[in-house]
Amino acid sequence: MLNLLWLQSGGCGGCSMSLLNAESPDVLTLFENAGINLLWHPSLSEATGDECIAMLEGILAGDITLDILCIEGSMMTGPMGTGKFHIMGGTGKPMIEWVKALADIARYTVAVGSCAAYGGITAAGANDTDATGLQFDGEMAGGLLGKDFTSQSGDQVVNIAGCPVHPDWVTETLMSIALGEHNDEQLDKFGRPRMYADHLVHHGCSRNEFYEYKASAVDMGDRGCMMENMGCKGTQAHADCNSRPWNGQGSCTNGGYPCINCTAPEFEEPGHSFCQTPKIAGIPVGLPTDMPKAWFVALAQLSKAATPERLKKNAIAEQLIYPPTIHKRKG
Amino acid sequence: MSRIVAGPFNRVEGDLEITLETGEDKVQRAEVNSPLYRGFERILLGHKPMDALVYTPRICGICSVTQSVASARALADAMGLSMPKNGELCTNLVLASENITDLITHFYLFFMPDFARDTYAGASWFGDIQGRFKATAGSAATQMLPARADFLHLMGLMAGKWPHTLSLQPGGVAKAIEPKERMRLLAIVAGFKRFLESTLFGDSLTTISQLKSEAELWQWYQQKPWHSSDFRRFLHVAEVQQLHQLGRATDHFLSFGAYGALDEPMWVAGSYRNGQTSPLDISRIAEDHSHSWMSDSDHPHPPAQGITQPTLDNEAGYSWCKAPRLGQEVVEVGPLARQVVNGHPLMRDMISRHGGNVLSRVVARLLEVAIVVGQMEQWIKQIDPSAPFCHHGEMPAEASGVGLVEAARGALGHWLEIKNGKISNYQIIAPTSWNFSPRDQHDQPGALEQAVVGAPVMNGEKTPVSVQHIVRSFDPCMACTVH
Repeated sequence: MLNLLWLQSGGCGGCSMSLLNAESPDVLTLFENAGINLLWHPSLSEATGDECIAMLEGILAGDITLDILCIEGSMMTGPMGTGKFHIMGGTGKPMIEWVKALADIARYTVAVGSCAAYGGITAAGANDTDATGLQFDGEMAGGLLGKDFTSQSGDQVVNIAGCPVHPDWVTETLMSIALGEHNDEQLDKFGRPRMYADHLVHHGCSRNEFYEYKASAVDMGDRGCMMENMGCKGTQAHADCNSRPWNGQGSCTNGGYPCINCTAPEFEEPGHSFCQTPKIAGIPVGLPTDMPKAWFVALAQLSKAATPERLKKNAIAEQLIYPPTIHKRKG
Repeated sequence: MSRIVAGPFNRVEGDLEITLETGEDKVQRAEVNSPLYRGFERILLGHKPMDALVYTPRICGICSVTQSVASARALADAMGLSMPKNGELCTNLVLASENITDLITHFYLFFMPDFARDTYAGASWFGDIQGRFKATAGSAATQMLPARADFLHLMGLMAGKWPHTLSLQPGGVAKAIEPKERMRLLAIVAGFKRFLESTLFGDSLTTISQLKSEAELWQWYQQKPWHSSDFRRFLHVAEVQQLHQLGRATDHFLSFGAYGALDEPMWVAGSYRNGQTSPLDISRIAEDHSHSWMSDSDHPHPPAQGITQPTLDNEAGYSWCKAPRLGQEVVEVGPLARQVVNGHPLMRDMISRHGGNVLSRVVARLLEVAIVVGQMEQWIKQIDPSAPFCHHGEMPAEASGVGLVEAARGALGHWLEIKNGKISNYQIIAPTSWNFSPRDQHDQPGALEQAVVGAPVMNGEKTPVSVQHIVRSFDPCMACTVH
């Protein structure tokens, strides 16, 4: 059995809530079968107050083995480096001190969600609280633990980025650790597990036909492709949201709104309104990943010229107003 | 007198610490501390108003949709925008989906596991309750989690995902429901209803929602063995442990009114005390900073002119939470408050006997599950897939707006001000800001601080189990509290 400890700091707890959405099987059954023993989780465990502190002290004293340390939420280093924006309840000690001490002895350290990975939403705006990630501060390696940090296993922090995370991203990463198959090779340059981060949100997007013909949505709720006007970053965002949907059949684009690239560091400050595509000379600034600009412009012009009437009309409507034509084999 | 600092307090959303002074085997005084500050009200400053729809749901992973709705309503107020009927219906459904999910998550995962503690090993009911509700190991969680996940397919379909959707817009919803999806929604709710009727209640939702008095509730309870459903299990424990005597606060209740403005909300807004209902008057709301780690602590602040400037220099401060008051008075919010304000006969009867307490808060929560899930089917049927789902409008460069909504755990309000096309002030008062507020300038303790006074402390207890029941009976969300 591998002992897992889960702590929360400067976040919303949404990654834990999302983890509870795990299906086939539920998260408790999955942990049990993966050989993961939950030492403590803020939403799930019985131990409160003194019982919890005794357990944490047992870990630091070496009486309890800590195999996996999962951290959810940003690391609150302010004000002035004191960490006092989050004193862990009942302990009088800043959470960042607990995290540093525990990460020092954990076999693996896992950042769950973009806050713990990079700072995330909590680091948006003026970032008065000096919120940062475990091993990244936005795109910069560093963060609370520093760029050279390695866990006892010799591996860097695993960044299961997302706002929130998909439950399967967490469970599958933890299963791979439990199977002894995890190493730094499994991570991309932002520390994200490649199992999900080697895909693009664009893959499997149900709006792909609109994308092909550049038949674009104009307003929130339109059926068309949201890249040209609505700020959608699905063609650049590293995640498998449309090939492995959320809550049954969902995804952001299926829910009627653009991908905001929430698995990327610094997604919280895109430099433009989230739901408006920044453009230069009418051309979107962010082009699809690996697509040469000249080709994109040429293809977009060509496909716009060839857009079928059906897609043109449907793209700017809430309802399907023009169903696909039925072709008869004869006559 | 001795002093206990209880924390980290888990099975609540977010981090919580409570300092208790105990004597004569009872809690004599309490101070509640929300120990995490993130500063969303400051994060929002200078951003484009519509971007609030990205930031505000991320205040809280368990009240995410409610934050979205409050924000969308504040923006709609600023834009002078209304919703088509489909927009209202879909907003209600998405909101109900989150609230109901939260209510059962609270019951099964946060609240009941305390009765499976070894503290109760000698109780007559212990064997059954431990087998059913033991944290991470009881049989209930692995039944409830798949039912919860299936029910949240409604969220996947209508909102893309949960938590943190962008489908909830000022003028309606970004996701139009197709005819096939309307059928699927009915199927999802039917599946969840089956779980509730067979496992949680052991009876039809209609029977539960129509219970009219405490006497009827106990009559219903006695019709079948206590271990035949999870609600009866709770009532049995409540009866033996006398949970109605635990956790009384002010008995002054506030609700912003819930579920839509189609013709009128399903549950009315207002406040209730001593048999008197008053209409909601938000001009009487102000936040007191006297015991918070906040600047400008010398006078209360109406939220429309609110200030959020954290400082550890306030020596009287003991929490990051401000202290919201209604006409300078402490109020309790939550499902019990909603039902009492709206006049549900069962809840009115229960509070007339023993006030707000651990029993009545949990009963109100489960009563709402029964009422709302029944109502969801009606809302789905009323969706017209051929009619509009969203209105669109222009955002003025100068405007202000207010958005009020009820989260699973009570009244939530957003106050927004826009200048030069950007957010110039954004103030949030969350449900647990009301319930778990610190003292105010008149030294009035917040609702929880009052509710735990008198709670029994057993010999040697460092985190008294009675206090845990009371704290969790409020279903606190600490992430929202300070935001």
